Amino acid sequence: MAKPASNLSKNVQAVGAWVDERLPVSKTWREHLTEYYAPKNFNFWYFFGSLALLVLVNQLVTGIFLTMFYTPDAQSAFGSVEYIMRDVEWGWLIRYMHSTGASFFFIVVYLHMFRALLYGSYRKPRELIWILGVFIFLVLMAEAFMGYVLPWGQMSYWGAQVIISLFGAVPYIGEGLVEWIRGDYLISGATLGRFFALHVIALPLALLLLVVLHLVALHEVGSNNPDGIEIKKNKDARGRPLDGIPFHPYYTVKDLFGVGVFAILFAFVLFYAPEMGGLFLEPDNFVPADPLVTPEHIVPVWYFTPYYAMLRAVPDKFFGVVVMGAAIFVLFFLPWLDRSRVRSIRYKGWPSKIMLALFVVGFIRLGMLALGEGTPAQTLESRIWTVYYFAFFAFMPFVTRMEKTKPEPERVTK
Amino acid sequence: MSETDSLASIQPPENPARRRLLTWTTGVVGAVGAGFALWPFAASWKPSARARLIGAPVEVFVGDMEPGQIQRVQWRGQTIGIMRRTQRMLDDLARLEEKLADPESATEQQPEYARNAHRSIRPEFLVANIHCTHLGCIPQVLPEVEAQPFDAEWRGGFFCPCHRSRFDLAGRVYRGVPAQLNLLIPPYHFIDDDTILIGVDPEGAA
Repeated sequence: MAKPASNLSKNVQAVGAWVDERLPVSKTWREHLTEYYAPKNFNFWYFFGSLALLVLVNQLVTGIFLTMFYTPDAQSAFGSVEYIMRDVEWGWLIRYMHSTGASFFFIVVYLHMFRALLYGSYRKPRELIWILGVFIFLVLMAEAFMGYVLPWGQMSYWGAQVIISLFGAVPYIGEGLVEWIRGDYLISGATLGRFFALHVIALPLALLLLVVLHLVALHEVGSNNPDGIEIKKNKDARGRPLDGIPFHPYYTVKDLFGVGVFAILFAFVLFYAPEMGGLFLEPDNFVPADPLVTPEHIVPVWYFTPYYAMLRAVPDKFFGVVVMGAAIFVLFFLPWLDRSRVRSIRYKGWPSKIMLALFVVGFIRLGMLALGEGTPAQTLESRIWTVYYFAFFAFMPFVTRMEKTKPEPERVTK
Repeated sequence: MSETDSLASIQPPENPARRRLLTWTTGVVGAVGAGFALWPFAASWKPSARARLIGAPVEVFVGDMEPGQIQRVQWRGQTIGIMRRTQRMLDDLARLEEKLADPESATEQQPEYARNAHRSIRPEFLVANIHCTHLGCIPQVLPEVEAQPFDAEWRGGFFCPCHRSRFDLAGRVYRGVPAQLNLLIPPYHFIDDDTILIGVDPEGAA
């Protein structure tokens, strides 16, 4: 039996009840945490959703602090970043947390997306979760690109030059469009100003909204799992999924462990290799922007390289841009391209497994090839993998439909 | 009892003491970690190295100052007045005492080494933060002995145009004016006979 409540706890309860009648605090807590049932067979791949949220918070907090010291002005932007690195107390740490966080954001998001490919998390009824996720990916790329322009180093400048010029490939309006984006006849302070506003206000707001929608959609239908079967099919007398466990405390504790391991890896890079040998922060970006001199070796930051390789593989400006855009755009159709009887790779046939494995190899190879010097052999390999990238999606409906699948289990397995 | 029931959070833990210990240690270690993580963000608001450099001590050459002359310098955004007082001015200080709010400099508006009749290290040189101690305006310097609208027996001093506070030539505030405190004496010392360093106490002084 419960002990008689003290006056204090009675008062706390009364305040809680008063709030609950006006704001659904404990209802939300129950529906999304203590009585939100997630499949009990989550594995390693399920860490990355919560980790993406963690990195988002890291980017927001460090970003707010960087905004306090940064100057979005072509004359003083580079200097203000140096000021942050040298003069602001702990400024170096806050900036490196932000720049390292950007790269980790993409690592985490790529792994999170791979998880969806593995277990068919985009399949009905989770199409919207996937689509919202692709939008998050798109906004994230815009956010990262504009963020990279802000330090106004050589790579910022020439990276912006290259990316903005891509819009020039649009027929008829291309040139006007480029001029409009730049706000000048060259990349200048006008461009920097608008990129700053988009980077610190507009895109983060869009990102937050999309993340909320992504989560609301997820909690409406419930999580998928490594077996790709619906846990809602088997419920106990009280309507709780037999293969589900309450998100809190079980997955909060699991995710907390993931956060710990992640923090160790993050801190290691942050303190020992914040530039990651030029992959996270490129050497040329430690030189102030100079509109008269292009750096010798110009490549985007690592997380854009697979798409950059596709652009380089196509020997035509307009068509190259189309291919690069299509590489992202095709992701939106994934939920309808996969026509397998099963969701999870565990029960799909060998053709699907091999194709997914090759897709991963190809994506990584494309990323590596973009960093290379562009020898004929490298160009040829880029072309092969680019073709394969699209073949993976083009053949998916047929392969998944026709291959022999294993039967799905009734209940989740280990 | 179904499988889910044994997992549900409403079930009491098998070993409550161990559960409690684990929860508390995790929570406390986490809170300490969070505290450490917060520090760099809080500390980034402190004056930066650049601000501290700008706020560094200021050297002032006083070797060529005429008696009765005043010069102003900026130290940490504050106007510091350096005045070379004449013998007449120093003699007047004692005679003004009954008109002043704090003639003995009892309030801590000066370092210990400037807590004397002339509120300075060397009697000749007054070094004072000349922002009015009422609301921070910079008073006019009226060093001459002449009748003023606000004081027919004016012996020279500082007069604040904002709210009519008055200070004598040692920066001591008059009685019955809005300002309550004497002008602030910043830390300073003489590097040599002709040079003052504002912002650093003399060696040996606290």
